[in-house]
Amino acid sequence: MRDLSTLPLGRSGRVLCLRAGEGMGRRLMDLGFTPGARASCVLAAPGDGMRAYRVRGAVIALRRREARTVILEGDNHE
Amino acid sequence: MNEPRVIALAGNPNVGKSTLFNGLTGMRQHTGNWPGKTVSAARGLCRTGGEPVYLVDIPGAYSLWAQSAEEEAALENVCFGGADAVLVVCAAASLERNLNLVYQIIEAKDKVAVCVNLLDEAEKQGIFVDLEALSRHLGVPVTGACARDGKGLKQALAVALGAINQPPHPRRALYPEPIERAAAQLEVLLPEEMRQWVQPRFAALRLLEGDGLFLRLLRQRVAIDASVMQAAEKARAELSLSRQGVSSLLVEGIYHAAEDACQKAVKTPAQPWDKALRADRLLTGFRGVPVMLLLLALVFYLTIRGANAPSEWLSRGFEALGTAADGLLQHLGASAFLRGLIVEGVLAALGKVISVMLPPMAIFFPLFTLLEDSGYLPRIAFTLDGLFERCRACGKQALTMCMGLGCNAVGVTGCRIIDSPRERLIAILTNSLMPCNGRFPLLITVAAVFFGGGGAASSALLLAGLIGLSAGMTLLLSRLLSATVLRGLPSAYTLELPPYRVPRIGQVIVRSVLDRTLFVLGRAAAVAAPAGLVIFLLSRVSVAGSTLLSYLTGFLDPLGRFMGLDGVILTGFLLGFPANEIVLPLILLAYGAEGGWNMPGDISSLGNILRAHGWTGLTALNVMLFSLFHFPCSTTLITVYKETKSGKWTLLALLLPLALGVILCALTNGIAIFF
Repeated sequence: MRDLSTLPLGRSGRVLCLRAGEGMGRRLMDLGFTPGARASCVLAAPGDGMRAYRVRGAVIALRRREARTVILEGDNHE
Repeated sequence: MNEPRVIALAGNPNVGKSTLFNGLTGMRQHTGNWPGKTVSAARGLCRTGGEPVYLVDIPGAYSLWAQSAEEEAALENVCFGGADAVLVVCAAASLERNLNLVYQIIEAKDKVAVCVNLLDEAEKQGIFVDLEALSRHLGVPVTGACARDGKGLKQALAVALGAINQPPHPRRALYPEPIERAAAQLEVLLPEEMRQWVQPRFAALRLLEGDGLFLRLLRQRVAIDASVMQAAEKARAELSLSRQGVSSLLVEGIYHAAEDACQKAVKTPAQPWDKALRADRLLTGFRGVPVMLLLLALVFYLTIRGANAPSEWLSRGFEALGTAADGLLQHLGASAFLRGLIVEGVLAALGKVISVMLPPMAIFFPLFTLLEDSGYLPRIAFTLDGLFERCRACGKQALTMCMGLGCNAVGVTGCRIIDSPRERLIAILTNSLMPCNGRFPLLITVAAVFFGGGGAASSALLLAGLIGLSAGMTLLLSRLLSATVLRGLPSAYTLELPPYRVPRIGQVIVRSVLDRTLFVLGRAAAVAAPAGLVIFLLSRVSVAGSTLLSYLTGFLDPLGRFMGLDGVILTGFLLGFPANEIVLPLILLAYGAEGGWNMPGDISSLGNILRAHGWTGLTALNVMLFSLFHFPCSTTLITVYKETKSGKWTLLALLLPLALGVILCALTNGIAIFF
């Protein structure tokens, strides 16, 4: 199963569902990571640091741990 | 005459709400979400239009489903603030995301207008917004603006006033049929008087998703029967959905509506614009680290070099003022003691603090605000977050540390940007480990005297190393706090990286000078004057043939020796509690050097005085270490108390760096003696 944290830099995918807890899940949805939304990985901090994703016209940075909770659809990444 | 109308400005963070607010009210309220961000709503009178109108600048929020102090304030202000209308400010380039908040607000209120700001920024990316189509789709008036250039401000005010006089009929987001049915059933159970605050359907939906904060705020104003709460519970059970399940369906419903609206009203290029991203890849990856260090180094270089001359002028000005005041007092027949008290005590301390503090701050803060205004600061947090995550802290702490280099009191206030209370406390408690501008003169002078063999370059390198040591100690103590009194895992957080924007230099200077420099200076001057008085008394009042000052230095001497320092140095730090700037002058004063407050101009004669009093390379090293790690100044401690409202945490903020400094100095001294 693919999630946002495994999305390579420069690639994009479509959100399938979220697995975060109540607070963080709602925050991610409010930021635009809802099922069906397209997100692309646009920046990576050094090491295992944060990654930034373009979603609905904005650039949002997440830690790996949170990015793992955003599950992506099958194998349609571009 | 009627009471002025009240219009609330709401919107996502970084969309230019405060810029719009400032443009309309003429107030210089601080924009930018980084350092002194809007936590409470600012209110200002606007006379731009025909009738006077009150504008309320609400803290930025992504959602009315509040997850931080600012968002709670936003929810309370939008729903229960009592404004006549809400003007929702949006960023054109990320309109779809911004519409989430718009749809939530039009669900709660009828009298809403929308201002699509930053149209120029979007156009550069090939994004065009059809404002009329958007207005038709949302059912509320929509206007466009480029608030930074002052364009569209009056129109924004006009549409908001229009929404008061002719209440629009918003086209709200629709949800799956079972949810709508359940909400309709709950709606009829709600009391009539609730309508003066929010639309019944909005309240019913919040009940259904169990939004605890909204319900608490509502029940403070309107009596809601326990049976209504039970009905909501039952409705959820019938839908076989959890609260989170309902919540997800609601956000999805809103984003469907937002996608629909954007399809009709926004023209986007096939390929997303990536010129800014190319710059970002340079500034945030591995390559970003040296760029960041160079930028910070440049800021310090400009601060230190630029401050020298004005400090000199101010210092001379205060000397002249002192001479004039002395003459005047003599003329009035004041005694020598009283003249000394006022001129050598109060005025000299005040002059010293202002002339050493004002120029570097007046340079550092505008430079820092420039970085802030350009959108670079969140990139620092982004780049360094990995380090902070390992110490179970928040990446935004990197920014509060940078602010601390300007002034620890400002750094401590800046910790408000960290949402998690645990991580915020870590950042507050460790902030004074970063040396502020006030400590630079001591560090630079001592480094130049004792380690300046290779000229300015080697002492600059040493200073850079000391700042690196401070950063390392901050990370170490953050990790230590996370394992002990502030135990916990790093909290989840999201960080938006707003587009780079060209800073508005004029506004930056006015704002940073007014907001930060004068604020900090005022506080410092207020404590410097009484401190000068105390120091004068200590050095002049004698008991049994010795001054009080010599008793104090004698008392502290054993402790000082233990740490590789001496009693005079410790006394200097102790009496320098009001402001770190006066530590070195105090030490020289206590050594009985000629000229008192005014340090000898050239390095070699300063070095001779210090060496004559037993300073060695080790003493110098320990003085620098203790300057980095001792108790925070009084201004910072007061700020810690104000921010934490706890004597216990304030005490820890005092003891933590002090313990570190004592241990490090005793350690280097011990090692030196041993070998």
